This record gives sequence, C-alpha cells and structure tokens, in this order.
Amino acid sequence: MNQIKLTTPITKEKAAALKVGDEVLLSGIIFTARDSAHRKLHDILNRGNRLPINLVDAVVYYAGPAPAPARRPIGSCGPTTSSRMDLFTPKLLSLGLRAMIGKGGRSEEVRKAIVKHGCVYFIATGGLGALLSMKVKSCRPILFKELGTEAIHKLEVKDFPLIVGIDTKGRDIYDQARQKIK
Amino acid sequence: MREITVSQIRDTVRDLCLKANFELRKDVLSAIKSAYKSETLPRAKGILKDIIENARIARDKKIAICQDTGMVSVFLDIGIDVRITGGNLEDAINDGVLKAYDRGCLRKSVVDDPILRNNTRTNTPCVIFTDIVDGDKINVTIAPKGFGSENKSRIKMFNPTSSLEDIKKFVIDVVKDAGADACPPLVLGIGIGGTFEKAANLAKKALTKPIDKNNAKRHIARLEKEIKSEINALGIGPMGLGGKTTVFGVNILEYPTHIAGLPVAVSVSCHATRGASKVL
Repeated sequence: MNQIKLTTPITKEKAAALKVGDEVLLSGIIFTARDSAHRKLHDILNRGNRLPINLVDAVVYYAGPAPAPARRPIGSCGPTTSSRMDLFTPKLLSLGLRAMIGKGGRSEEVRKAIVKHGCVYFIATGGLGALLSMKVKSCRPILFKELGTEAIHKLEVKDFPLIVGIDTKGRDIYDQARQKIK
Repeated sequence: MREITVSQIRDTVRDLCLKANFELRKDVLSAIKSAYKSETLPRAKGILKDIIENARIARDKKIAICQDTGMVSVFLDIGIDVRITGGNLEDAINDGVLKAYDRGCLRKSVVDDPILRNNTRTNTPCVIFTDIVDGDKINVTIAPKGFGSENKSRIKMFNPTSSLEDIKKFVIDVVKDAGADACPPLVLGIGIGGTFEKAANLAKKALTKPIDKNNAKRHIARLEKEIKSEINALGIGPMGLGGKTTVFGVNILEYPTHIAGLPVAVSVSCHATRGASKVL
C-alpha cells in the first residue's frame, strides 16, 4: 500500500496524483466544518454574498472537536458522517475547495463534482477521536464561533492518517468494497 | 425503607459518564482484540489495531474515546424499598451529566429543541428510563451513544405470522444500509416484542448488556448467533472497507407482545460502544 506524505494547500496537481485507496499522512492547515457551518455558508452564498473564508485549494474536515483538556491543543476529534454534508458540497467544490475529510460514502452528485473540479475525498477512521487528537498541533475557532463545537476551527495537523476515498477520476473506495460484499 | 440521596445519584451519574467516555467497556475491548487476531486483510487489521490504540490513549490521557460523546441514556432500576431524598431526581441526574461533561472536556452535543436547534451547552437533558424492581438498591447504568450510529437505528412492525428469516433479513438490511457511516464493526441491540416504544427501549437496553453472554432463552440465543454469523459473512468489515468483522456483538431482549403484531427494533451501535454501571 502506498503511503504518501502530503502538505496543504492541495493544488489540482497534488490531488490528481492521488489514487483511491492510497494511504496519506496529511500535514498543514485544515478547517473543520459540519452541519451548522455548512448551512451558514450555504445561506451566505444564497444571499449573493462572498464567503468569509478562502477555500481555494483548502481542506475541510467534517468534525466537531471536543473541548481541549489542560495542556492539549484539542480534545477528541474524529470525523463525522460525510453524507450529511452532501447537499452543500458541490457548490463549495465549484468555489475551489480541493479536499474533504470525513467518514462514509458520498452521493453521486458529490462524486461527479469531485471529478468535475479535480478534487479529492479522504476518509479518516471514525471513533478514533483520542488517537487523531494526537496529530493536531493547534486548534482555533475562526468563524461562526457562536456555534461552539460546530464553529469553523483552523487546525494545524501533522501526519494526520487518511485514506483516499474518492479520487479525481471519481473512483470510490466503497464501490470497490461493495463489489466484494455478497 | 432505605434512603438514597439525590446527591449520591448525581455523583454516581457523573463518575459513570466519565468512566464510560474514557474507558472502553472490557467486554467490547476484548471482542475487538479477538477480532484483530482473526482478521487477515491488512486494512481491516490496521483499523482494529488503531481502535485498540485509541482505547489506550483515551484511558491513559483521559481524552474521550470518540468526540461524539453522545446524548446520554440513563437507566435506573429502582428498588421498591428505596426512598430517594434531598431533591428532584431528574435534576440530580442531569446535574451529574453536566458535571462530567464539564470536567472531562466531553463534547456537548444536545440542542434545546429539535426544530430551533440551539445547543444547551450542558449536554442535557439526558434521556432517563426508570424501572421499579424488587429490593432496596438502585442500579444506575449510563450509555452515551453517538449519532453516527444512532441515525442508522430502525424499527419495524412485523406481522405476527412473519418468519424468523423475515426478521433476520430486516436486521441484515439495517446493517447494510448503515454501511461505513455507523463506524463498523458494530454492536447490535435488538428489541423484539412489546409495543412500538417498548421494542425501541429494549433495543437500547440490550446494548448495555455484556456482549460475551447470550440471551438465557435458547431460541433467542440461537437467533443472536445466527444474526451475528450471517452479517459477518457479508464481508463489510471495519469501517466498511472489507473484512470478517462487521458485528462483534448481538444482544436481543424480548418481551411478550400482542396477537396482531411483532415489533422489531434494531439499535445500531459503533465499535466504540460505551457504558458503565454501578449499584447504589
């Protein structure tokens, strides 16, 4: 299995080099956003306004971290179910968002948008919040702070372990797994 | 009459919430360790290894096993010879939850209203179930469960003439639909019988029972084993990426039901099935 070291920002070229099933260790800056933050970004765009965050070549992590214990930058912080964000995703990809991290499958619309815009969907293992928190070096809420855990947090990560779930060609890891399932 | 104060109950709920979120249940951890030994696919093995390592980090560093520290279900079996004194029971339980979630840096995920959706910032209210039982003790069981798996739980009202095969097919379909989203390998709590709400309640309660013991009734125990082996034959595996272990625990609780019906509820729980109990 390939294990690839990858650093943000993720350009179109970097994304294109990844293949479904590749194991990636991601370092750099990622932004958390889950249900409420997606709803808010969607509402801002619907009102015809510009997004208050630059998503070009950025990585969004579907996660709502637990509060940081003493002397830790962050609490438990594993991925949440990605499909709940499917409705909002194609628009964000069209605005330059390059990569998403979550768990579970995506809709056909999202898969198509991933191919169209040359993006990548990473999966992280769910239920590993304690282990994944060890890969986070800093965490700061930067947008929609009133949402608490659902705010957009800026995370600096080092060797955050991921698997390519959907690559720029639209190949889906769960399709491959499903073919093996009776 | 034996007196138990609400402050004893509050402190117990607090301690159990902390324990459940930091220390993976012994029966769950040992089932994951055996799954790790039996898996041969490198990816499945790797995920199970990470789950074991995650449990170690959570316990040693007191970091929640999963960031989704759940909406807390509290089961109280209250002995009929107990008198609860010193205040309101429900307030005390919620106060215990809040104290644990504050102290333990556990995520507060409860919103005040399902439509308006403002976070209460206390992780309360929790959901409380009380049973009146014989004796002069109170058994407190808490089960914090995340919504990744809660969202995949299902209930179906079967006809009384439905076959065991129909029931099995329903349970298997629930697991297939849950896919990777519910964080397999899973534990299934299944409630069969009673009424609509009784079956759902039994399903959740079944998750709090040890997964290394089968139901005392032989025909139910057989159903537990068959469901487990038929689901594992699907090959969904850890995080839906293939493997032998899709469920590592199936617990059924049954109850008498009506001549016209056969309710079946499946409470889907992730690999981080958490819980803790204490007798007061």
